[in-house]
Amino acid sequence: MTFNAAALLLLIAGLALIGWIAGRARSNLLAARAQAKLHSRPQYHGWYVALWLFAPAALFLAVWSAVSPGLITNDVLASEAAKDLPAFGFERGAILSDARNVAQGKQDAVRIPAAAPLVAPYADATHLYAWIGIGAMLALALAGGLYAFTRIKPDFRARTRVEKIVMLVLLLASLVAILTTFGIVLSLLFESIRFFRLVSPAELLFGTNWAPTSGAPQDDTFGGIPLFWGTILIGAIIAMIVAIPIGMMTAVYLTQYAAPRVRRWVKPLLEILAGVPTVVYGYFAALTVAPALREFAVMLGIPNASTESALAAGIVMGVMIIPFVSSMADDSINAVPQAMRDGSLALGATPNETIRQVLIPAALPGVMGGILLAVSRAIGETMIVVMAAGLSANMTANPFASVTTVTAQIVKLLTGDQEFDSAKTLAAFALGLVLFVVTLLLNIVALRIVKKYREAYE
Amino acid sequence: MTQDDLTISDPKMTAHNVNVFYGEKQAINDVSIDVGTELVTAFIGPSGCGKSTFLRSLNRMNDTVAGAKVTGHIALDGEDIYAPSMDVVQLRARVGMVFQKPNPFPKSIYDNVAYGPRIHGLAPNKSDLDGIVEKALMRAGLWDEVKDRLGESGTALSGGQQQRLCIARAIAVDPEVILMDEPCSALDPIATAKIEELIHELRGKFAIVIVTHNMQQAARVSQRTAFFHLGTLVEYGKTTDIFTNPKQERTKDYITGRYG
Repeated sequence: MTFNAAALLLLIAGLALIGWIAGRARSNLLAARAQAKLHSRPQYHGWYVALWLFAPAALFLAVWSAVSPGLITNDVLASEAAKDLPAFGFERGAILSDARNVAQGKQDAVRIPAAAPLVAPYADATHLYAWIGIGAMLALALAGGLYAFTRIKPDFRARTRVEKIVMLVLLLASLVAILTTFGIVLSLLFESIRFFRLVSPAELLFGTNWAPTSGAPQDDTFGGIPLFWGTILIGAIIAMIVAIPIGMMTAVYLTQYAAPRVRRWVKPLLEILAGVPTVVYGYFAALTVAPALREFAVMLGIPNASTESALAAGIVMGVMIIPFVSSMADDSINAVPQAMRDGSLALGATPNETIRQVLIPAALPGVMGGILLAVSRAIGETMIVVMAAGLSANMTANPFASVTTVTAQIVKLLTGDQEFDSAKTLAAFALGLVLFVVTLLLNIVALRIVKKYREAYE
Repeated sequence: MTQDDLTISDPKMTAHNVNVFYGEKQAINDVSIDVGTELVTAFIGPSGCGKSTFLRSLNRMNDTVAGAKVTGHIALDGEDIYAPSMDVVQLRARVGMVFQKPNPFPKSIYDNVAYGPRIHGLAPNKSDLDGIVEKALMRAGLWDEVKDRLGESGTALSGGQQQRLCIARAIAVDPEVILMDEPCSALDPIATAKIEELIHELRGKFAIVIVTHNMQQAARVSQRTAFFHLGTLVEYGKTTDIFTNPKQERTKDYITGRYG
């Protein structure tokens, strides 16, 4: 007998259905008997009983699933057979999980002989806690159901209660995303603090030498400037040189010149471009753009031309965010009132003059906001730079040279066999924190600009 | 319509048998009218009667509306403005327009007025441009109020000042005709009075066509009045005649307030 949470969940869902039917029937019956009008329609009484039956039991189930393995292990450790176990470490863990797998039927026989005596205690404890859990859960479900069932009366306000619960569920759902964000920030923060105990923040932020895997731990250096420079070169300079003009021109064409038919086709196509997985852009950058650029550089006689170049990664990243820039610019230009355009045209300005001198200046704040959002996306982008930009931390303005970015280094630091508490692994979290703070600030500034600008015209 | 005693010896703009369509819908039906050079002409009529549509066809602003189509003959100084040889940019420089809601550009007061002269290359140097801007603002009666803050944004002015700025902007390119599409409908009575005063002063220097909802305004500012109803021109004549002695029953009903 093991504790199967999914099956039990189904069981209480079934009970809840019975509760629903019973609650509904009872409310009808009571109303008929008292010849009174029900405050809430019968199905609300049904829902009220069902929720009381289901929610406490399901909550208990969740808690019990989390807690019971610990209780079982404690029981086993307290038994006679556990006396001979090694004190701590991997071996102890391996023996325990071996015994548990056999006891719970996931495995036919023990693989470690030392685990054999523990199988029986494990089986007993598993059995015991399963029965306790199931018993408690059913008791809770029945108690909840009965409590709700006895409260049904014609004037009982079941609807308001059910609506309150629904609201609570919606609130919890919206909290999931927010709490997860907090959790992510906290985990980043704690790991970063551990890193900063080993390496000073000043070194990470202002150091110019990035060599986290020099071989000897005492020689590792964590100067982040080459990474920050690489990130800015690719994400904020090269990618923007590509994305801003093309995105703006696309937006101007689509808002001012394109026939409705063209617009209907081009806009969705652009959105498809935005939906291409970044790894596909990565292939494109690494296999197509980078070699072509290298040959071009060699032809020009540029030294240090590498197949992994900042230019290749930056250009492809720029292409990736064209739809982003163009749709923000499109929205901003469309938000400029028609009266502004008419005013300019009525003075004898050509459409071109109107766009350059009236529409774009008026749309500029919104466009700027869009560009900042695009930058924050570009500097957080990972796959393209991992595949095309390279991993050598060079401080160079030569776009044909290989540079590396914050995200590419995070990937490098976290892949492969690493101890999880070494400075190089922890450095990944510190870099992540820096990236998070920068993109957060960019997003806040961008959204403020966009919002302020929207208010001006509405 | 009735062709009454109305003889304009020297018409600035002439329209013959003009129809305007928005897609399938006909907004203007067979309208013929002459606009005098030194006169203020008012278009009146109930909402949706087509007076603004007709006004916008006089400088081809209807071109910017998708699906709009104009037939018939409209001429400026005898030249067909819908002819293929007509450059719409030059046409609009000669026939300026002031809109219902003040629509200054989000630029400085100076740049708002200088916009037109700049795009048409009217001022070879900065001092010429300064002169054009000053003259336009003076003619629009705005100079004294803004001369010390020409660098401020045009959108920071009050509604009435913004509308006079838009008139100055239109004047600055030295047009021959100014079309005004209910220029006072978004303004308070004092600002309205200033605009009307301005129209009096501009009369004679430009041919002015004004669309208005307000019959008193038409009576105050114009010498000729055209009454539109349901896309047709019902009556066109001297303003004093239209308001004191209308020939058509519909005109009489409208100006006595029976509908509209």
